[in-house]
Amino acid sequence: MATLSTEVPDASAKPSGQLRVLTTLLAAAAALILAKAFGVLPEWLNRIPEWAIPPTAQVLDVIFDFVQNDLGLIYVTRFIAEGPLEFLLDTSANLLEGKRRWPFLGPIPWSAIAAVAAVVGYAVGGWRLAALGAGTFIWTALIGQWKIAMQTMSVIVVAAPLAFLLGLTLGVAAWKYGWFERMLKPVLSVLQTLPFFTYLLPAVIFFKVGPTAGAVATITFAIPPMILMTTLGLKKVSPEVIEAGQMSGCTRWQMLRHVYLPAARTEILVGVNQVIMLCLAMVVLTAFIGMPGLGAKLLAMMGSFKLGRSFEIGVTIVLLAVTLDRMSKAWVVKQPVHFDRGTPWWKRHQMPLIALALFAGFTLLAQLFPILAEIGRKQHLSQGKEIDVVIKSVLALDAIKGTTEWLRWFLNVKVLIPFRNTLLAIPTPAFILLVVAFAYWVGGRKPGIYAAVFFTIVAFSGWWDRSVITLYTVISAVALATLIGIPLGVIAARSEHWSKSILLACDTAQTFPSFIYLIPAIMLFGVNDVAVVFSILIFAAVPLIRYTIIGLSTVPPEMTEAADMSGSTRRQKLMSVQFPLALPTMAVGFNQAIMFAFFMVIIAAFIGTQDLGQELQRTLAGTELGKNFVLGMNVSLMALTFDMAISSWTQKRKRALGLD
Amino acid sequence: MKLSHLLSTATLAAVAGTFAIAEDSSDPIVIPIHNWSSQIVMSSVVGLIFEEMGNNVEFVTTDSQAVYESVRLGDVALEMEVWEGAFGASYRAALEKGGLHDAGDHDAVTREDWWYPMWTKDACPGLPDWEALNDCAHLFATAETGDKGRYLDGPVDWLKHGKERAEALDLNFTVINAGSAAALWAEIGAAEADKKPVLVFNWTPNFAEAVWPGEFVEFPVWEDGCDKDPAKGPNPDALYDCGNPASGYLKKAAWDGMKDKWPTAYCVLTNISFTNPQIAEMAKLVDTDELEPEEAAEEWLDANRAVVDPWMSACST
Repeated sequence: MATLSTEVPDASAKPSGQLRVLTTLLAAAAALILAKAFGVLPEWLNRIPEWAIPPTAQVLDVIFDFVQNDLGLIYVTRFIAEGPLEFLLDTSANLLEGKRRWPFLGPIPWSAIAAVAAVVGYAVGGWRLAALGAGTFIWTALIGQWKIAMQTMSVIVVAAPLAFLLGLTLGVAAWKYGWFERMLKPVLSVLQTLPFFTYLLPAVIFFKVGPTAGAVATITFAIPPMILMTTLGLKKVSPEVIEAGQMSGCTRWQMLRHVYLPAARTEILVGVNQVIMLCLAMVVLTAFIGMPGLGAKLLAMMGSFKLGRSFEIGVTIVLLAVTLDRMSKAWVVKQPVHFDRGTPWWKRHQMPLIALALFAGFTLLAQLFPILAEIGRKQHLSQGKEIDVVIKSVLALDAIKGTTEWLRWFLNVKVLIPFRNTLLAIPTPAFILLVVAFAYWVGGRKPGIYAAVFFTIVAFSGWWDRSVITLYTVISAVALATLIGIPLGVIAARSEHWSKSILLACDTAQTFPSFIYLIPAIMLFGVNDVAVVFSILIFAAVPLIRYTIIGLSTVPPEMTEAADMSGSTRRQKLMSVQFPLALPTMAVGFNQAIMFAFFMVIIAAFIGTQDLGQELQRTLAGTELGKNFVLGMNVSLMALTFDMAISSWTQKRKRALGLD
Repeated sequence: MKLSHLLSTATLAAVAGTFAIAEDSSDPIVIPIHNWSSQIVMSSVVGLIFEEMGNNVEFVTTDSQAVYESVRLGDVALEMEVWEGAFGASYRAALEKGGLHDAGDHDAVTREDWWYPMWTKDACPGLPDWEALNDCAHLFATAETGDKGRYLDGPVDWLKHGKERAEALDLNFTVINAGSAAALWAEIGAAEADKKPVLVFNWTPNFAEAVWPGEFVEFPVWEDGCDKDPAKGPNPDALYDCGNPASGYLKKAAWDGMKDKWPTAYCVLTNISFTNPQIAEMAKLVDTDELEPEEAAEEWLDANRAVVDPWMSACST
């Protein structure tokens, strides 16, 4: 049994050998920087010369071309896209939005869907969820977005189950076969850090522009947590359960179906929840490759500067996300109900029956009262123009303008631009050494070696300066997010009530389509680095706040009580008891903040940046698959470096504290 | 609901009957739509025309740069707005790879250049002449640019050469690239409240003309070769020392296979040609009158039968 203590034995954690390595790394970096400052550094040590950079993009282009045309992979993927996948998408599109395809039944009236949502909500979580479910769909209909919302949903109802099934299968395979898991792990890590621009292009080429490519990109994005959670859940099944299964003579299939999967139910359902949330997160981004619906409309609205309507679409997406999130979470908590033998079947299937009855009832009623089937432009309640006016006048308030003007000047001139120039002035090898030193200091030997390998690859990709600028934006945004997020989390953690409302705000900020932040950011700060950092900051602060709250509130009560009894002040308790114990959890939040920042920094290319995102955006024109991939890998490798270092620190720390 | 559907199918059939040839494939003609109103409405109008002729039509939302790859592969049949300036590069790249071709120009011409909203002129009355810019540079200065003026150029992938021009004409301006059209509008929108002078990249035809009246800066007139021959334009040593062509093309592009698969529709497509006022009207129906694009298309088509019918009848032999 591990003992709980905030005293981490320092001697064993930092042996003198480690110190020597660190000093060597830092000294070498300092020597290079000084050499440059005195002008004695040869140019090839400052930046990798052009001739030394391998033609990776061109080689990749040839490979892609070979795989696509000579190997004929495109025929396989096109067959899948135009055959089964398109069939599923067409069917759901017919039912939900009335696209003229088999089975020619739809569109289902909005009132019927809202009624079913209410029943499902009631079944999993009582009246509150019933109201949320019905309310979401009623809002969508009343605001005049029913059709586009259903276009979005018609893809999600196909993509999410497919992601679930594929993820479950791969997860089971990874649990069963060690070699498969070892192979899959790096692929998943890369997938989770690869900028979305990088898989949009292959999705278009291999799976046809439109809902098919949108579905494929969505599945790719949503599948990693499903796989990981499945494997995790299956590994945790307790030996007693397994023995019981074996004793009752289960076959291997029965073991999986009736023993392992039900026992891993909770983890698998958490995976389902993640799949749903990630699918919704992709709604806007996939609009670039033909996903119809809310995302496409949002981009069109932003293109014609209609803030109000964009905002309303954002609200719809948040409501859909929150509804599905809460319902799926309630389903995780809800245990299966068991009935006595002899209960009549209508009693056992009460909820589905009510849902069916309401569905049929509203469908019939909609034939009589068309307003229950569809709400037209004349009836809907969109307040786009009014919201426009409100947003614009708030942004134009003198107090706000004055503050942002000052912030823009201060951050740009005093902080961001000097910081960027400093980073860009560091010679490439020195920069790599510094990153390695950081990874080694935080995570240990293995992350240090990976950092060296990854950043060397980045240096030889030919996009060094842009990679540094990307990193600079990420560091600046995460640093500011830490300054804001951690104090906010600490204050919120003091009371149950505050934590709840701040966590809700976090959920909203996270599911609100990130594109919508870009416009106010520009209106407040103009097209420059401050706007970019600000829009990333909103996103990056969310995990920091969340994990600070979680970390502080899960500190074992006996520890805080001990602190109270020894008469420590609130400040002492926080600094020497709560923080040390919460730090590993907070580090997870910090890690996520960095990952989110790497994700958002690419989107910020739409504001106007000079980093990898800008080049990635340029490759969207569709001819440079190789370059697109190289740029994407650079982002992924940098993100992975930090991910590995911080995760490794978290694990070690947790073990040292006896929390694991 | 069901009845009206039947009726409309019946009228469609009747209309289709008047056009003798019905050899077009019954596969849907897939038309791409992008994220600006005139293109969406125009594409919807063309979709309605095709439907009247008895074709099936479907729309797909795509990125306006990535769309050329899809036209090339035949995933979408055509593209209604190929702007010389903004999409010329992607279009030509796809043209070289093969699979799509030029389906004729619109009557409309496009212009893309440095632009300012009208209130800017109050502060700098020498505009629109470009030589007034240096005297007014301080009006366009921001925190980051010091005493230099700031010009917000279009996204880098539009290849507008704003930086080169500022250098060639010795303008005291820092050129910053916006990341998207939305970023340009946000910049103008933010300046609108206290009528701050701004200089941004803009183009016509465009909804912004209706929202913020403004003018293009009149640079030295474009001469052919201004981008290749330093001798052209006022600065003998520099490229890009001219304004952009004041009348760039607006093209339609078609998939090579369209001609054979939907010959009648293809014939109509080559006849179609919209003018600047027509395009502005389509944009206005959505951007100012707040119609949904599909409704705007119907309204526009009803009001402009005289324009559209000849395009169709020319193809019904």
